[in-house]
Amino acid sequence: MKNILKISFLIILILFGNFQVKANEKLQLLKIDWSFKGFFGKFDRGSLQRGYQVYTEVCASCHSMQYLSYRNLAEKGGPEFSIEQAKAIASNFEVKDGPNNDGEMFTRPGRLSDKFVKPYANVQEAAASNGGAYPPDMSVLVKARSGGANYIYSVLLGYDDPPSDMIIDDGVYYNTYMPGNKIMMPKPLDDGLVEYSDGTEATEEQMAKDVTTFLAWAAEPQLEARHKMGFRAIIYLIILIILVYLSMKKIWSRIESEI
Amino acid sequence: MSDHEYNPKSKFGKWFNDRLPLLTLASHLADYPTPKNLNYWWTFGGILAFCLIIQILTGLTLAMHYIAHADFAFESVEHIMRDVNYGWLIRYVHANGSSMFFLAVYIHIFRSLFYGSYKSPREIIWIIGIMIYVLMMAAAFMGYVLPWGQMSFWGATVITNLFSAIPLVGESIVTWLWGGYSVDNPTLTRFFTLHYLMPFLILGLVILHIWALHVPGNNNPIGIDIKKPSKDTVPFHPYIVIKDIFALLMFMLLFAFFVFYSPNILGHADNYIEANPLVTPTHIVPEWYLLPFYAILRSIPDKLMGVVAMLSAILVLAAVPWLDTSKIRSAVFRPLYKQFYWILIIDVLILGYVGAMPAEGLYLLVARVATGYYFVHFLVILPVLGAKEKTISLPLSISRPVLGDPLNLSTDKKKESLN
Repeated sequence: MKNILKISFLIILILFGNFQVKANEKLQLLKIDWSFKGFFGKFDRGSLQRGYQVYTEVCASCHSMQYLSYRNLAEKGGPEFSIEQAKAIASNFEVKDGPNNDGEMFTRPGRLSDKFVKPYANVQEAAASNGGAYPPDMSVLVKARSGGANYIYSVLLGYDDPPSDMIIDDGVYYNTYMPGNKIMMPKPLDDGLVEYSDGTEATEEQMAKDVTTFLAWAAEPQLEARHKMGFRAIIYLIILIILVYLSMKKIWSRIESEI
Repeated sequence: MSDHEYNPKSKFGKWFNDRLPLLTLASHLADYPTPKNLNYWWTFGGILAFCLIIQILTGLTLAMHYIAHADFAFESVEHIMRDVNYGWLIRYVHANGSSMFFLAVYIHIFRSLFYGSYKSPREIIWIIGIMIYVLMMAAAFMGYVLPWGQMSFWGATVITNLFSAIPLVGESIVTWLWGGYSVDNPTLTRFFTLHYLMPFLILGLVILHIWALHVPGNNNPIGIDIKKPSKDTVPFHPYIVIKDIFALLMFMLLFAFFVFYSPNILGHADNYIEANPLVTPTHIVPEWYLLPFYAILRSIPDKLMGVVAMLSAILVLAAVPWLDTSKIRSAVFRPLYKQFYWILIIDVLILGYVGAMPAEGLYLLVARVATGYYFVHFLVILPVLGAKEKTISLPLSISRPVLGDPLNLSTDKKKESLN
């Protein structure tokens, strides 16, 4: 038993030693104690709903979210809007459908089963409308950036005046946390930019936190189910390990030998 | 397999067994005499069998939902993550499963190196093992391409481009591998096909690996030949089975931690960006388990020689049974080899670390020294040690250590204090 503990310890040490080395080399990002981190991490429902509001009112004019459907907004573990609310949200969007029996394409109000409507028809159009920089799709953005939620949060709040020796072109902005410190996206958030219906004060930090939470959920919509199942799986394994260990002791006690 | 007498009790059993001796095989597997002093490093064989089965099962399920097409692959993976029932679980088990598979295989290989399990009469087991390892690397590399993220695409580009180092025909071979003039849809579909094929080839080799093992029987921590069956052995079932299950459950605990609480930590963030031939990531790095070889590849300034060095680093392992000239198997009785063994482990870990770093400055220098040492260990140290090393006298059997040997007594005492 001691041996196996030693072995496990060694393995974990080697694995985490590597991550530590990796983590130390990055620029220190702004860090928040996200509610969805840790063994029992869950999304903050209110924050997700506010985050969705920030997304639709601010981000969605340029950034698509092509892998999400409106039904996801009402699903468990997400913002958990009611079905009616989600239907109402969906019906605000015009969705191109067809062809109908006459062979014509037509538009209709969105349904729950529709994917989030994209602001641009394609990547080229999106890039052309944004000075040549394509606003990345936000569905898995949090997972697609090292630093994850902290990185997104930091970039949102990282706008600053460039140092005097740095020349910044028109349409390019200085951002402390962006690799290379240059970003094509204008500063997206300002105090009071949206009006939260639940009375939360819409400060820049609050909006950044809410929208990052929303994006973290969008990238990992099954996170709560995963944490819950993981906890159960680990408890189950631990109980099984104890039982198997006792059986093993019993079986090996038949012969005089150490295990 | 040794001769094994088994008489089924039922009439049908006897009728069946006379025609297809499956029951004899089962009985052989259950009674298989195993050294009783096997430690937990020996449980990784069973753990690896578990890993292979898990990869095959989750892989089959993923293949039902995955679309092997450059335009749809990335989307279909997101479909699996979002819409398929427990798709996220199956995919995370599969993705982290490959890392766990390699973790276990490295422990298994290094256990063999420590206890001299590759030495006569077990050379064939070892060589089949190396073949499995090579196939695993191929399978893992191709599997990493399938999600069609940025690292998939650029990893595939870098690795397939290695073949262009071959003189004269290199470029043509690369074009042939790609099925075009760059990594594209034809590359993806063939990688998917081959990725699907590999595990079954591995499974076949695993059966041969176990078959070859059952001829001489297991090596053991003392590394001496033992009589089978005898007081030194226990039947595989239930003694080894229960111990393997216990170790497997501990392993699953670690596995579960990765799958449920940090499923993406072993991957690269860039692979959640869809493949884009026009944008090259700042650092193209393979998965962690290939990093030591990647470091060796990059440490040589010449492309062709780099590829040769990388392949040699793997193939030199196959020659280890003949490079290690010592008659003593276990490092327990080889004080010098034991030290070089740990230096080799540190060397490989260093190679892994510099493999993840940009190939420049100090990192490159360290990579070159570590690469040099890697080959020196196998090509110089192993043969020389066999001739020069003063080994400790071996015990006569597992049950009866050498009487009055002070070194042996001290190891016994150490063992007691550990338990």
